[in-house]
Amino acid sequence: MSEELLKIDDLHVAFSTRRGMVEAVRGVTLSVEKGEMLGLVGESGSGKSVTGFATTRLLDTAGRVTGGKILFRGQDVTKLRGDDLRHLQGAAMSMIFQNPRAALNPIRAIGLQIADAILTHKKISKEAARAEALDLLRAVQIRDPEARMNAYPHELSGGMCQRVMIAIAISCNPALLIADEPTTGLDVTTQKVAMDLLADIAAARGMATILITHDLGLAARYCRRIAVMERGRIVEEARPKALFSAPRHAYTRRLVAASPTATSRIEDLVAEEDRERHTAVNGKPRPEPAHGTPPLLEVRKLAKRFDQGSAAVADFSMTMAGGEAVGLVGESGSGKSTTSRMICRLIDPSEGDIVFDGHSIGHVASRDFHRSPLRKDIQMVFQDPNESLNPRFTAYDCIAHPLLRLDGMRAGEALRQRVEECAERVGLPRDLLPRFPHQLSGGQKARVGIARAIACRPRLLVLDEPTAALDVSVQAVVLQLLDRLRRENDIALLFVSHDLNVVRMLCDRTIVLRNGGIVEQGESRALFDNPKTDYTRKLVEAIPHIETGEMLASAL
Amino acid sequence: MLSFILRRIVATLPVMAIVALFVFSLLYIAPGDPAVVIAGDQASPEDVERIRQSLGLDRPFLIQFGGWVWRILHGDLGTSIFTNLPVSAMIGQRLGPTLSLMIVTLLLTIAVAVPLGVVAAWKAGSLIDRVIMGFAVFGFSLPVFVVGYMLAYIFALELEWLPVQGYTPLSSGFWPWLENLILPAIALGCVYIALVARITRAAMLEVLQQDYIRTAKAKGLGQGGILFIHALKNAAVPIVTVIGIGIALLIGGAVVTESVFAIPGLGRLTIDAILRRDYPVIQGIVLLFSFVYVLVNLMIDVIYTLVDPRIRY
Repeated sequence: MSEELLKIDDLHVAFSTRRGMVEAVRGVTLSVEKGEMLGLVGESGSGKSVTGFATTRLLDTAGRVTGGKILFRGQDVTKLRGDDLRHLQGAAMSMIFQNPRAALNPIRAIGLQIADAILTHKKISKEAARAEALDLLRAVQIRDPEARMNAYPHELSGGMCQRVMIAIAISCNPALLIADEPTTGLDVTTQKVAMDLLADIAAARGMATILITHDLGLAARYCRRIAVMERGRIVEEARPKALFSAPRHAYTRRLVAASPTATSRIEDLVAEEDRERHTAVNGKPRPEPAHGTPPLLEVRKLAKRFDQGSAAVADFSMTMAGGEAVGLVGESGSGKSTTSRMICRLIDPSEGDIVFDGHSIGHVASRDFHRSPLRKDIQMVFQDPNESLNPRFTAYDCIAHPLLRLDGMRAGEALRQRVEECAERVGLPRDLLPRFPHQLSGGQKARVGIARAIACRPRLLVLDEPTAALDVSVQAVVLQLLDRLRRENDIALLFVSHDLNVVRMLCDRTIVLRNGGIVEQGESRALFDNPKTDYTRKLVEAIPHIETGEMLASAL
Repeated sequence: MLSFILRRIVATLPVMAIVALFVFSLLYIAPGDPAVVIAGDQASPEDVERIRQSLGLDRPFLIQFGGWVWRILHGDLGTSIFTNLPVSAMIGQRLGPTLSLMIVTLLLTIAVAVPLGVVAAWKAGSLIDRVIMGFAVFGFSLPVFVVGYMLAYIFALELEWLPVQGYTPLSSGFWPWLENLILPAIALGCVYIALVARITRAAMLEVLQQDYIRTAKAKGLGQGGILFIHALKNAAVPIVTVIGIGIALLIGGAVVTESVFAIPGLGRLTIDAILRRDYPVIQGIVLLFSFVYVLVNLMIDVIYTLVDPRIRY
């Protein structure tokens, strides 16, 4: 099987922006063989998606191929026009996108959406297309396919929507499938099921697949060859084993180091050459709390019921000591975000109590809690740094705001100093403070969000998936920052995440939630190494580990 | 679905009640004593008093209001002070021309504005887009009577393609009916077309950036399928909303248009009634227009649920 299906030769893609032409892809060369699954890995802005879109001819109108060739079965895709192009799109080559729910038309029944694709390329009746669509829903293992034919995307879960997307993509038996971050945003367990399904279908139908992802572990698990992209170029191409054991390029080394594994520690996340400046801090062990100290936070039998329906959270109890880091993990819908919001006093619990530093705060209505003196002690860092910053506030305003509201500070020199000190603690350069969120990178925005949260010197920081929207290298830096803040300032961290590798590194203890109840809890490493319940075991097994002989050996 | 419509109708009852109260109060808010007006310049105070009593204007407000509502519910809108004809008959006579004008304008607007907006969004930034949007600004800025007289001058007087003014009922044939309505509908629809085209363009631009449009392209769908099957229906909610709001615009514009083109419709009746302080007629017309508007809103709500399955009923 060494028949070449796709050959990209010195591809250049540029986007016209207000500041002139920006090159997103600068000379990519790669080839895909028939039936092969190739991993295309890189961080945001590396040009991996743009390469995929150029191949399927789905570039934005602002983007243009400025050089090179994309040969698909010997034919240059970049020169196709009109009907030739339409015969290619969806028929010979198809694509699966990130965020499956947004990729489906919200007001068209899914059966019709699949049939659309079939009717575009085959001259068959509507009834026949419908029958084929039904078969495809069976092929992607959707339960009760007959009933689902008439369902709309909002009636399906994210994982189900991705199956529908896969059904659409394979509807005309394409020779090449390009999957752009197909599982980002899905739960780990759903992620595994969806990827297994995709790999099985590709193998059964002999489809070649390009898996575009930022997740090295995912690529390593499913691909036999991985190409690493950085700033529009392919910097390294190798088998996964070679890539992880002996990365040749400096960027690959950084990327491999930053990808959390089952064994990595926070200090491992940065490649050796960048490591020195962190070790000094991390070497200092955290002092054990004196015996008999009352807990900082005590949650008693917390429950939350929304309007109708069953409880989102039921009978949730936990305690946290000052400076402790506790992880809260579970799939979406497990109630972890609801719990964290109740503890943050952003929503009201239906039952139970929350005791913070000896004060019962569970019964203070969330809309009045901003007046409580404890508001500044409990702060939150939100999931998406892009969405959780006011676009009309500069970084400075954003950090200064809680100081004005909660610490009773007045605008002036003292405030300026406090804001600058906060920025410094999170490693945000002072000259970025006058900037607005859209002028900052994802990592810088995450730092602004953390700086805002720690501005009033809280004692408990609740973090809801703070790194989910970030690249691994940025995630590594943010995690180190959080760990350092905890050690230096004795801030307790309640860390909500679906990424078990991250929780294992950062948190002393972990609580596993399912359907609003605690399934298991305990010391993080012990819990993940020897899960006691099937559910935890399933979660742990679903993480795409980077398992190579060398890595395992070095861990022992 | 049926229960949704019924619930919506029940919800409009308080609205109609408030409208009725307001319309009735017109008599009291407006300057001038209707009894004095009806009696005329030569009347003695005794005549005015007699008229006041015969109209029941001397009784308490709530009793007058109750009696008025009761009569309306029985289809009696009162009698014109000026012509002594029943108001319902007067309105009935004038309803046809106005309704014809509004329906033709509405259809013309949808047929012209929506495709223009779609094309402008599809070709956003191009010359076609700029020309269409230029026309839209132009359409906004021209008053109805200016467009009306210009059209009448060019197409009726100079080219003699269409009649200058007047109205022929539909019962005398489709073309004679339509022929008289084309110029008024264009004049009246100008602002409306501009508005709907702009909103369509904006809504389509928003939708065309969505991920599912990219999916449609990835499936290999043709441009027409993408624009009209996938994009336009998703953009429909704001478009339908603005078309509905536009009907209120049409009601206002119809008054002017009917004057320009000498169409014997409700607009003319309204002006005459206001000039004569013929309160029962004014009340009848305002009540009718409010009712139409409430009905249009109800229809829009129903269309929402047909277009978007995420809107529950």
